[in-house]
Amino acid sequence: MRRTLIESLFRGKLTEPAPRVGEAEPMALLTELGETARGRLGRSLAIRELDAGSCNGCELEITALGNAFHDLERFGLKFVASPRHADVLMITGPLTRNMLEAMRSAYEAMAAPKFVIAVGDCACTGGVFAGSPACIGAAAQILDVDLRIPGCPPDPVTLLKGLIGFANALASAPTHRSTQS
Amino acid sequence: MMIDQATWQEAAADLASGASVFVALWAEPAGDGCVVHLAGRPRGSGDVGVLSLMAHDRHFPSIALHHPGAILMERALCDLHGLIADDTPDPRAWLDHTAAYAFKPAIGPGIHQIPVGPVHAGIIEPGHFRFSVNGETIVRLEARLGYAHKGTIGLMRGQTIGHAAKLAGRISGDSTVAYAYAFACAVERALGIVVPPRAAALRGIMAELERLANHFGDIGAICNDGGFPLMNALTAALRERVLRLSAACFGHRLMMDRIIPGGVEADLTEAAAALIRTTLADLLTQWGRLSELYEKTASLQDRMVTSGRLDPAIARRLGCGGYVGRASGQDFDARRDAPYQPYDTCRFTVPGVSAGDVDARIQIRMAELDQSISLIRDLLATLPTGPLRAALPDTPITTGHALVEGFRGDIFAHVRLRDGLVEAAMLRDPSWFFWPALETAIEGNIVADFPLCNKSFNPSYSGCDL
Ligand code: SF4
Repeated sequence: MRRTLIESLFRGKLTEPAPRVGEAEPMALLTELGETARGRLGRSLAIRELDAGSCNGCELEITALGNAFHDLERFGLKFVASPRHADVLMITGPLTRNMLEAMRSAYEAMAAPKFVIAVGDCACTGGVFAGSPACIGAAAQILDVDLRIPGCPPDPVTLLKGLIGFANALASAPTHRSTQS
Repeated sequence: MMIDQATWQEAAADLASGASVFVALWAEPAGDGCVVHLAGRPRGSGDVGVLSLMAHDRHFPSIALHHPGAILMERALCDLHGLIADDTPDPRAWLDHTAAYAFKPAIGPGIHQIPVGPVHAGIIEPGHFRFSVNGETIVRLEARLGYAHKGTIGLMRGQTIGHAAKLAGRISGDSTVAYAYAFACAVERALGIVVPPRAAALRGIMAELERLANHFGDIGAICNDGGFPLMNALTAALRERVLRLSAACFGHRLMMDRIIPGGVEADLTEAAAALIRTTLADLLTQWGRLSELYEKTASLQDRMVTSGRLDPAIARRLGCGGYVGRASGQDFDARRDAPYQPYDTCRFTVPGVSAGDVDARIQIRMAELDQSISLIRDLLATLPTGPLRAALPDTPITTGHALVEGFRGDIFAHVRLRDGLVEAAMLRDPSWFFWPALETAIEGNIVADFPLCNKSFNPSYSGCDL
């Protein structure tokens, strides 16, 4: 174990610079988001991921956001265990009928201000499952969706770009949705 | 083959005695009734046979009555088609959540229940677990699924082969290569075509890359649940490198829609092949260190060894495949026992142990990583040249089936084609047998060890919710 630890120390870090969002510089973005998150939402932007019946492909890429290459926590973004701790509900999957009630309860459990992000083609449009009698389709059919990140599944860099861009948008529109209950 | 009820009962008796292994049970509408299909294979063989029975008045004799491994599938099939399995031991609805549901009871002094899900604390699929516990000890677990039910098989009916292949690749996203592979093989057998050798080799490379990525990711995740996040941080980086390699070589990190009926979608360039060779060598060096770390960390071993033990007799009875079966004394691997291209000419060994605990399942996966790396190397070394696709001929009506070894275990695919469209299909995930296996393996463990045990089985939710 000691050898693995020492080697890890000397190999240098795997973490990559932030992906570019628009014209802004990656490192500037990082600080900006840190301030945004602190200013608007306390110390961080807390995300509750909710699988509304995905094929699990989207979950794999969302999980990859936490690996050493992407390390999303350095941006002030983190996944939390309970909707009660969350500012953002991140929805994947074509919203199956069997998940409708659970999704509603999770959303209702969140404190305002709260936001909804649809991740993956399924949550954005129903994807290949659109039209299935077992599915409702896009998350927007039931909740107001603030951001869509399409892809099947979107890769982690696309996800990061979307999330960082979203936090920036929040910062530049200080009253955005703040009255939403 | 259409059979009568007496032959159906004989097949059920063979499953009950262990002479044959249960593969799948599904139905398709036929006139105002339904045809129920039962797939099984002789023990020790990958030679799957399908028996079909006309269900008059929507009734058919239960298979689960004789063979408990069929319970979940019988329940799902009743929900999907309104069929009644006569004398089934568990007639409760499974996918239909509008029906009332009573969890199995556990009664005794001090026993109480802990409900969990369908929204879990982590980034995982939706399902509900009902733990009946006595103090910290689990006396009964019941998993209730169906939350990811998308009607995928139903959506495949009447679609083009190409579109149905896309749906097949989304039955369980972590096995998208294996599902596309299984579906493609079933279509090719139905049409009587053989894919070009280069396409076959590329399929093998993709399937092994998928296995590598999932084994790396899961080994780390199991260790994480065992209180050792360092291993997770390091293996997650290895997984990421495999996904990047897959994207660089095949244009998609998970390689979705790269295997298509008739062949493969994209070629592998010389440069990409060279990249695989060098990356694999590097991954192998780093992986060597990590497997040593696993073996030598006493606190980790303490959590893994003896936890979540699946009795080999139960694994046999349920017909568990993959790392779950092979860690509990079952010796079956579709790549070897139901040979298909390119594995029919590859050399590899199928690891097996019988301790049946979390550690055993990790040991199997660790051994499989080494095998996958050497398989990819061999396939690259002998990569044939030539076309990537065979044309799909037009045929009036044909059926075909296939068994393909995904990272979890054998995936069964069945398809009936009519005039270039998919008339009926079935895709069966290995997880159908992992869920009941997990329920038995968890008994007597403490609640805190559930995530660890669950992750070591890692059953797919979407793969069963169909
Ligand atoms: S968008 Fe694609 S990867 Fe995500 S859940 Fe849907 S089918 Fe799966």
